[in-house]
Amino acid sequence: MGHDPSTLAAIKDLLYRMADDSLILGHRHSEWTGLGPILEEDIAFCSIAQDKLGHAYALYRLLHGLGEPEPDRAAFFRDAPEFRCCHLVEYPNDGYDFSLMRHFLFDIAEQWRYHLLEQSRYEPLAQLARKVRGEIKYHVFHATQWVVQLGARGNQESHERMQRALEVAFPLALGIFEPVPYDEILEQAGIFPGERVLQERWLETITPILERATLRLPDLRSVVPSYGGRRGIHTDYLQPLLDEMGEVIRSEPDAVW
Amino acid sequence: MYGNLSIVEPLRGVEQEDPEKLAEFEERIARGEKIEPHDWMPREYRRQVLRMVEQHAHSEIIGALPEGTWITRAPGFHRKLALMAKVQDEVGHAQLLYSAAETLGKPREQMINDLLSGKAKYSNVFNYPALTWADTAIIAWLIDAGAIINQTLNSKGSYGPYVRALERICKEEAFHLKYGYDNVVTLASGTKRQRQMLQEALNRWWKPIMHFFGPPDHMSIHSEKLLRWKVKMASNDEMRQMFLDAYVPKIWELGLSIPDPNLRKDPQTGRWEYSDPDWDEFWRVINGNGPCNRERLAVRRMADEMGAWVRRALLKPETRYLEPLF
Amino acid sequence: MSAPQTAVIRSLDPRITRLQIPEQLPEFQPKPPLDEWEPYEVFWKEKPGDQPIHVGTVHAPNAEMALAFAKENYCRRGRTAAIWVVRTADIFTFSPDDADMFATVPEKTYREPDAYKVAQKLLRFKRQHAAGESHGT
Repeated sequence: MGHDPSTLAAIKDLLYRMADDSLILGHRHSEWTGLGPILEEDIAFCSIAQDKLGHAYALYRLLHGLGEPEPDRAAFFRDAPEFRCCHLVEYPNDGYDFSLMRHFLFDIAEQWRYHLLEQSRYEPLAQLARKVRGEIKYHVFHATQWVVQLGARGNQESHERMQRALEVAFPLALGIFEPVPYDEILEQAGIFPGERVLQERWLETITPILERATLRLPDLRSVVPSYGGRRGIHTDYLQPLLDEMGEVIRSEPDAVW
Repeated sequence: MYGNLSIVEPLRGVEQEDPEKLAEFEERIARGEKIEPHDWMPREYRRQVLRMVEQHAHSEIIGALPEGTWITRAPGFHRKLALMAKVQDEVGHAQLLYSAAETLGKPREQMINDLLSGKAKYSNVFNYPALTWADTAIIAWLIDAGAIINQTLNSKGSYGPYVRALERICKEEAFHLKYGYDNVVTLASGTKRQRQMLQEALNRWWKPIMHFFGPPDHMSIHSEKLLRWKVKMASNDEMRQMFLDAYVPKIWELGLSIPDPNLRKDPQTGRWEYSDPDWDEFWRVINGNGPCNRERLAVRRMADEMGAWVRRALLKPETRYLEPLF
Repeated sequence: MSAPQTAVIRSLDPRITRLQIPEQLPEFQPKPPLDEWEPYEVFWKEKPGDQPIHVGTVHAPNAEMALAFAKENYCRRGRTAAIWVVRTADIFTFSPDDADMFATVPEKTYREPDAYKVAQKLLRFKRQHAAGESHGT
């Protein structure tokens, strides 16, 4: 497909960041299956988890087309230092408050990311972006409803919980936009306008929603973003997650499951 | 997945019903009409149907747990997605069935209270552990196969909301069965260790599978009336025979052995013979002393408590409970 | 590295083990009324030109959540063109005891096309017309 080596490396890095984020977040969300706060929400959230894993699968397939391993290899056999996900998705679920807040902060960013990618000069990703638009729209609807309702239309307890969850999740969420050395190449090649642009759009979108939710956005200047994930430096939570996820498939690595 | 415990409780107080209304009710059922929530029905019909649908709902929500054991470890994207979708369906079935049961006048909170307090029963099979990945394959194939036999029969029953819930459920079960079968055949075609894992899982699950349709007819209370009312659609032994007929050949075809030396089809009677599957154990498990009863209930209680703040926060004073239409 | 105060359930399911559920649970406290929220009815249509049909119920705290739930509870397979939700409490219907209000409707055939035997009348008219020849041109 005629990409020069540095553009190709940049595309792969972008795809790995997106795929790894979706995989790990989908996995975390899936841990709620059968244990959610009410039957109806259990079902809705499990669908969202499935969608995330579906997006990860599609992205690993694009990578496979660029000479990387098959999706199952890429997802189930790599160890933490090879992963490019952000810290936000690695954190354990803790309570439903954190899970919902993470879902909200991540999905608004994801919605913007795919929206910007619809114009990408890397056509396979532009196609994928158009394909997943509707799914992500639902995810954002779901997340926004929960955050606004538990923040502003719930009780004091739910407000406090969501505020606390925001304070924990916000520095982690800034890690989504960790600058990467490939940003410039991607921008110049018309593939993706870069993490800084994405963060601006994200902030512009979450700010009024969090206001509606009567939640206080932490002061950006006093928050230290949780960086490192995009360079393979992860929280202590990732490797145990990967060990668990790969337990069965790695027990017979060459078998068909 | 499945629910009916196949243990019939004795009927009470039918003789106190208005004979004219009772006769009209029975005629309607004989004509194949469905009974709807606000129609006249004998008190005993209401009690028995509610008990059955409620137990079915409990079985679905508890049934999400054994297979859920492997959600975070499913090998590969396809298995991971399919297992999630299957467990999600079990939760969905619970949702549908609780709604159907609610139409008989018992709010969902009360049903869940009865489950969490240990008062209500649910299907015994879910009190057994899923020790390995292969256990999930056996569950998805054979337990769901049993469920389909039971539910397909029940979907011809007389209570409208239950029948409509089952019609939807049966469509989803077709996916479960196919997914389970695919999983089993894959393991059977796999490495030595995969085959061994599958055989061991089958060995573990055979007894619960034999228990699945309930105690044998000679140990059960017979109720012509429940059959006539189309609450119960077939006897436990009939369903067990249907299952053995359909699935034993399929198990043997895969070169798997069934851990019962006496299992054979009598060529004269056409009926399957099998060893006593230890009905004492069946009663022990149903009375709360199975390998996982305590854990299953503790997990449901924990899940309910973890979500309590969410439900409490959005409960509004204008909320008005009314039985769903279904 | 401190040991947990009370023994917790060690499950085959790593998710469950992580929940740190105590082996000894406190006495069960029943859920309060409406803890599971209230029912909403779900209506669905498969294709744009279809009539919506009632497909079931979701429990939800308000209409927006009911919609968020209904989508995945009832539309996660196959096609969907639209869904509606409405509070069960907002649906009005007659009591089943009042179904006799509808009983005589099938007799009122004057609303039905079948009640009008125009063809026979027309035939008769034509026969008379041919016999009389009263309006020749």
